Amino acid sequence: MQGNAIARDDGLLPGFADSVRDSQRCFRAVLDAMSNPGRIVRLTGLPQAPAGLDPATAAVCLSLVDFETALWLPKAMRGGPAESYLRFHCGCPIASDASEAAFALVPGSALPELAAFPIGHDQYPDRSATVVLQVEDIRADGGKRLTGPGIEAEARLAIGGLDDSFWAAQRDNAALYPLGLDFIFTSGRDVAAMPRTTRVGD
Amino acid sequence: MSILAKARIEELEQAWAGLDAPPNYAMLRRPETGLVMVRGRAGGVGSQFNLGEMTVTRCAVRLQDGRVGHAYVAGRDGRRSELAAVFDALLQDAAARPTLERTVVGPLADGHARRKGEIEAKAAATRVDFFTMTRGN
Repeated sequence: MQGNAIARDDGLLPGFADSVRDSQRCFRAVLDAMSNPGRIVRLTGLPQAPAGLDPATAAVCLSLVDFETALWLPKAMRGGPAESYLRFHCGCPIASDASEAAFALVPGSALPELAAFPIGHDQYPDRSATVVLQVEDIRADGGKRLTGPGIEAEARLAIGGLDDSFWAAQRDNAALYPLGLDFIFTSGRDVAAMPRTTRVGD
Repeated sequence: MSILAKARIEELEQAWAGLDAPPNYAMLRRPETGLVMVRGRAGGVGSQFNLGEMTVTRCAVRLQDGRVGHAYVAGRDGRRSELAAVFDALLQDAAARPTLERTVVGPLADGHARRKGEIEAKAAATRVDFFTMTRGN
């Protein structure tokens, strides 16, 4: 009886086919990416994504965001298919102010003021935002040189469609350690991550 | 929705089998079972307290024409929540609603009323009237 995916533009699409296992698999992939900054991990078992979200972006949000974590969305996504999709599947509140966000979903080409997101407190450095940056492509050759915990010698990461101001922002961010933001890059089916501990060279 | 949620699985299957044109639908949210905290207020007006948790299965479906149906039913029967959600979606069509009210919701409501009546009759058979001194209130 069950019809195939019904394409609609209001964002109400099926999420993960097998929500428990697929989200665990995605969580493991994000964990892998986060503990090895610069490593590009290809996701499997992706959900259908609404207009404006890549499958990897949708998968990361469905795995990490829930009713206890407020999600910040840029103006362009507010009230659109992406918002209704995430509200339905994650049941998450949408943060009206960047300072309340636990997660932020941001297009890499139009960065908001990153300093507005919470960086945690000295007693609770974990109360900081994780920023999911959707970019055009992620490659491991060329690009910036990354060093820091989780990287044996150095890693290379080239990100297409990312505002250049990001790299300066990440240098400032890394200087805040143990406070600071963590970043997850998503593109197509790939994820890579850059926690606050990663130092960026040229 | 209350009637759909309280209907038995056999009744829902029967209603589904009785449809002239069973619709195609896609699962927006597959049936998933979890716990919800039931809250109460003493006498309906006191302060809120947690009565206890109950097992609930929920499901959301989308018909081919885009209508979305949701269901939250007590228990762990995924198929029951699925069918309840499909009927919820079907009932949102204003044109089809009167027919469905008659052929589906009516019989389900009757079945529910009958079961309720049976339980009440059983309870009434063991009823004891207490005569007590009038309390101060």
